[in-house]
Amino acid sequence: MSSTTEAITGGRLMVELLEEAGVEIVFGYPGGAILPFYDELYHSKKIKHILVRHEQGAIHMAEGYARSTGKLGVCIATSGPGATNLITGLTDAKLDSIPILAITGQVSTDAIGTDAFQEADIFGITIPITKYNALIKKADDLSRHFEEAIKIAMGGRPGPVLLDFPKDVQLEKTSVRKASSLKIAPHHYERPKVKGDPQEFAEALNQAKRPLLYVGGGAINSFASAEIKALAEKANAPVTTTLMGLGAFPGTHPLSVGMLGMHGTAYANKAVLECDYILNLGARFDDRVAKYQDFAPNAVRAHVDIDAAEFNKRINVDYILHGDLKDAIREILPFVKGGDRTSWIENIQSLKKNHPLDFDNSGDSIKPQDFLQRVYAKTKGEAIVSTDVGQHQMWAAQYYLFDKPNTWLTSGGLGTMGYGLPAAIGAKFGNPDKTVICVTGDGSFQMCIQELATIAQSKLGVKILLFNNNFLGMVRQWQELFYEERFSESQWTYNPNFVKLAEAYGIPGMRIEHKSEIEKGVEFFLKDSGSALIEVMIPAEEKVFPMIPAGKSQQDLIEFKDLGKLKK
Amino acid sequence: MKHTLSILVNNHPGVMSHVSGLFTRRGYNIDSIAVGVTDNVDVSSMTIVLNGDDFIVGQVKNQLLKLPDVLKVQDMAYASSVQRELVLISFSITETNRSEALTICNGFDVKILEMTEDSLLIEFSGNSRQVTNVISVIKPFGIREISRTGQIAIAYRNQNSV
Ligand SMILES: Cc1ncc(C[n+]2csc(CCOP(=O)(O)OP(=O)(O)O)c2C)c(N)n1
Repeated sequence: MSSTTEAITGGRLMVELLEEAGVEIVFGYPGGAILPFYDELYHSKKIKHILVRHEQGAIHMAEGYARSTGKLGVCIATSGPGATNLITGLTDAKLDSIPILAITGQVSTDAIGTDAFQEADIFGITIPITKYNALIKKADDLSRHFEEAIKIAMGGRPGPVLLDFPKDVQLEKTSVRKASSLKIAPHHYERPKVKGDPQEFAEALNQAKRPLLYVGGGAINSFASAEIKALAEKANAPVTTTLMGLGAFPGTHPLSVGMLGMHGTAYANKAVLECDYILNLGARFDDRVAKYQDFAPNAVRAHVDIDAAEFNKRINVDYILHGDLKDAIREILPFVKGGDRTSWIENIQSLKKNHPLDFDNSGDSIKPQDFLQRVYAKTKGEAIVSTDVGQHQMWAAQYYLFDKPNTWLTSGGLGTMGYGLPAAIGAKFGNPDKTVICVTGDGSFQMCIQELATIAQSKLGVKILLFNNNFLGMVRQWQELFYEERFSESQWTYNPNFVKLAEAYGIPGMRIEHKSEIEKGVEFFLKDSGSALIEVMIPAEEKVFPMIPAGKSQQDLIEFKDLGKLKK
Repeated sequence: MKHTLSILVNNHPGVMSHVSGLFTRRGYNIDSIAVGVTDNVDVSSMTIVLNGDDFIVGQVKNQLLKLPDVLKVQDMAYASSVQRELVLISFSITETNRSEALTICNGFDVKILEMTEDSLLIEFSGNSRQVTNVISVIKPFGIREISRTGQIAIAYRNQNSV
């Protein structure tokens, strides 16, 4: 530990530590218990602070920033209500393994535990939803906690960390400071050596006649896209990704079979049933993908993960490699042989031909799938796309083909409505030159709608694609299919005029309702670099297919063409 | 099946909540938990007894190892470790059953800490089965107060000594 000669306040030290780590942007909201820190932030020339409208917005922005740049996302809140407003985002980041540092103000140490004004035991509250958290009791401890927090957030399987920072500690002077080598840049941290036998691991793949690679969000965190592509091409193996893994392998690649799972493609889910070898690369056998132990029933199963606790957690596997995905694939690649997999690839081609993603585009109404395909064409697949949660999320996952990693931002594990808009804002701050589109629904949009102000305030060019079905569409879909059309509390009997609302924030808006307006709509919304909202009215009864009903497995997949069978 | 986990953790505030929270989150019941600092003041040792099959215990172990403050987790097989628990019992006696009580105490290697006209305060240590046994023998006298520490355990160095 090295000491600076000059003593500075805890608040000042926090700002300096953030600067040294390379933090350029933070998302936050001030309040009494964090004021000394904000006062120091006022003087910082290196850190830009984005004032949000709700702390939930701040943390989702940090998530969008982190996911799209690979860097640490930082958010700040005051004590009590400010801190508790971060809870959903922390949980979200935990489930999707996003590196986030949350700094919360806390009442002074002498008041802690007395039910003081705006006191909440945020340390206790966030234990189960953070990867690490700490209450900084003395300014002398700050540097140590900070280092620990950043390393834990960024290292291994990333995740959210929280530092609770009492007001008096922000004011307390300290000269204790660790020599800082911390960086928030991607892959700065040492990766543990890969454990397991790469050769044996590769042999199992070599022996397979019908191999399938199953790629998860870990591939994005590990920046392993190039390695995955090399592996797939060398082994001549088709690739399916999870919702979180979209973009880790090009969706347009001939070996891609798209997404698997509850709303994955029929061909991906059928490939899972038919493969004789499945290689899980940084996915976690999530229950929306692998419902039962008989997942990939005819396959030898292999798993690469950086988190040892994931092995055999839900699904037992035959081969394990423990370590960073990028490194692990590099180790197995030399042992991988080509092999003739022509008949398997042909089999996949015919699955794709016979079970395509499908929807009925006759009639005058606008189909969201159609609209998304056109947005894909218009943006040439170059946009960063965030979504909220519901049908629109699944349509976006299905119909916008992701070719590049870090371009798909969605709440996969927690399914957080309200995520989309702030995540898009965070992504735009991190990628000012890219087109950033938030695909949302009329329900989700209203959960963090106040962040429109944050867009306006920063004159940010975020594109909002709002699919309005005047319903909580996904809820409606389930009620229609499994609750005999009892639409209990899923219909909006009041929705605001979204176009006027956007305009009230200085964001141009347009509503379209008929197919004839699609071109005009796409053009309007993507025409320049500024922000815009397009409200697309879609039929309430439009559904997401394919679908594996909840609690069922791959065998029970329902395709668009089976719809008749569902309704007796 | 009962498992005894011996866990070394950093001696920081909040670590206990982190560890026990892991069990609550999964709905696993802790049968007993005993914590104390080791010879190193920065390190505490926790002994946790839980009921569960090997899969559950394996999961718990994996999750525990993910906590930054957890240094080591050991699943203690009953046969290769010594397991002890301490119990303090205060119970009623009468003139007529006093000598019977004292005989029982002698037979079980129980330490008598206090004797009054109508009560005995005793201390006993042994494995959890022995402790439970002593409690059941004392019970008919009328237990006034009882306090158990929860089990602690340590592995034998020589795995043949049982
Ligand atoms: C915060 C939160 N509350 C409730 C839900 C449950 N839920 C999942 S999808 C959905 C409906 C979403 O409706 P909308 O945003 O309009 O999208 P659509 O399905 O119509 O595309 C709901 C309520 C959730 N995921 N998140």
